[in-house]
Amino acid sequence: MSGWSTHSGTATRLLLDNIDTDQILPARFMSQPRSAGYGEFLLHDLRRDTDGKLDSAFALNPHPDSSVLITGDNFGSGSSREAAVYALVDSGIQVVIANGFGDIFAANAVNNGLLPAVLEIEDLEHLTRLITDGITPVSVDLNTCSITANQQTFTFQLDPTWIDKLINGWDDIDLTLKHAHSISRYREQHRVHRKWAWPVDTRMFHQPEEEI
Amino acid sequence: MSQPLTLLDKLWTTHEITRRDDGTSLLWVDRHLVHEGSHHAFAKIAARGVQVAEPSLTFGVTDHYAPTRDKSNITDGAIARMIRQLDNNTEEHQIRHFDLHHPQQGIVHVVGPECGLTLPGLLINCGDSHTSTHGAFGALAFGIGATEVAHVLATQTLWQQKPKPMRITINGQLAAGVTAKDIALHWIALLGTDGARGHAVEYTGETITALSMEARMTLCNLSIEGGARLGLIAPDDTTFSYIKDRPFAPDAENWPQAMQHWSTLYSEPGAHFAREIEINAKDISPTVTWGTSPDQAIPVDGLIPDDAAHDALTYMGLKSGQKMEGTPIDQVFIGSCTNSRIEDLRAAANVLRGYQAKVPGLVSPGSSQVKRQAEEEGLDVVFKEAGLSWESSGCSLCVGMNGDLVPSGNRCASTTNRNFRGRQGRGSRTHLMSPAMVAAAARFGCIVDLRKLEDIA
Repeated sequence: MSGWSTHSGTATRLLLDNIDTDQILPARFMSQPRSAGYGEFLLHDLRRDTDGKLDSAFALNPHPDSSVLITGDNFGSGSSREAAVYALVDSGIQVVIANGFGDIFAANAVNNGLLPAVLEIEDLEHLTRLITDGITPVSVDLNTCSITANQQTFTFQLDPTWIDKLINGWDDIDLTLKHAHSISRYREQHRVHRKWAWPVDTRMFHQPEEEI
Repeated sequence: MSQPLTLLDKLWTTHEITRRDDGTSLLWVDRHLVHEGSHHAFAKIAARGVQVAEPSLTFGVTDHYAPTRDKSNITDGAIARMIRQLDNNTEEHQIRHFDLHHPQQGIVHVVGPECGLTLPGLLINCGDSHTSTHGAFGALAFGIGATEVAHVLATQTLWQQKPKPMRITINGQLAAGVTAKDIALHWIALLGTDGARGHAVEYTGETITALSMEARMTLCNLSIEGGARLGLIAPDDTTFSYIKDRPFAPDAENWPQAMQHWSTLYSEPGAHFAREIEINAKDISPTVTWGTSPDQAIPVDGLIPDDAAHDALTYMGLKSGQKMEGTPIDQVFIGSCTNSRIEDLRAAANVLRGYQAKVPGLVSPGSSQVKRQAEEEGLDVVFKEAGLSWESSGCSLCVGMNGDLVPSGNRCASTTNRNFRGRQGRGSRTHLMSPAMVAAAARFGCIVDLRKLEDIA
């Protein structure tokens, strides 16, 4: 994942609370490999009719080039499916601004370079009023945690460790392997002092099925 | 004197390998559970060319796409491929796998506890938000996304920020017909679906102590629906006797050491919680959802609130001020990691015994073991005689990935965990409630107050 510190693009508003990950990416599309792309499934059942045709009245549909999504509270609640983030990223969304996010969704977003920016409700409402969907340019700066639209700047909240991760494009596995020594030392201690915590295969997998 | 510790503190410290300057901890993972949906994570480690770090701590379970009917003849190519993919990935990495035909196959959050893989004091991860279920044993258990699943596969560790501790204390005796499901829907309705966001919720109080392990699992399972990262209940004798002699439980040699550790797993008097909620058990009624979010829930004898969200009402085909009682339903579902354990099936069967269901429905036991036990007890006969389908175990109609779907516009009384738009199929209308309430709804063809049934009260 490559890092980024600033982003400019147009925004679209989807002013609903509690858009859960089942709505962002309905379960029936989750069997695809990532390489197939998840963009066309984003918010599928909200933005498409039963024949799969785009509903022109749905906020996002007239503005496929927007890279900033402004929404309500508790965006991405529910299922831990990371494919909800893939659907956003594959649709070209780089920033989601909301009053709050589901915890697992927010972690998944950062792991894929998508910024889940939290604004206080007053700021969110103010920003919302400044936006003409698909037209108003919005810029985001991770270094200053700021969002600017129409010369007005708002400060968003995000855990500093996540800011670092987005800016540096860190891959956790690489970071963790630097701690290999600590991990193997922990493991050895753990094996000695918490022997009970290691699952012993006694009955379930080595006997023929009919004897279980 | 040192600061009194919470259960969360103790579990966290035990698993912390190192902590970065920014406060993020690298945690050791004791059990990693994978399912068909973990295919993205396996693809990620394959792309890096790394192996699974600890195959013996990793377990596969086929559940999300498991057909409830006709397991041996899967006609949908995508579903067959998802199941085969997990078979292949677990085989390649030498991971023990409860595959579709394994005698212990079932829903991952039912199988883990019933096999003794879930123990107090462990850190348990799975790429599924309802991993919070395992917290019922005093385990640190939470759902993670695919990138994190890949990280655990590759390193057996995970970077995490410690959630804030929150405590929900419930005292008093639950009224007849009120269950752990109702406790959960009650507090979520009270605090909202983001009410516990960023927190680890520990449940305590005499009401909790009196709950069975099955009921505790239902309660911890639903913690995520209130936005919590995880749920926790301190282990006690109920926990220890549930675990003893289960296949993967510590053997006689290791049991004393385990018990010694487990007996330290509680929040010390005076421990600080970022948030405290107290609930009187008497205030909890059989609760049902009216809307499209688990916090849109009311007592079954209540009215849909005047300020109810318009879009949710439109989707559900309901109106403000309307009674939930008497609302006609089209079908029922009894199953899911929330409410499909033996106790749940017994409660539902008790309501249906000797009656015909007025609507069709599906009963999917939480695991193959639950299914066998239910059949030994004759519960399958009760459901079948009532006219419901008695099928195999899997996530089924809770998430609609295996082909089981509620048709658009149909109203389903369901023992599941999410009444989200389209969760049970596009256009489906879900009403969450306890297993006995679902059974009562089946019997009358509409939502009814279980407490008013003469043979129950």
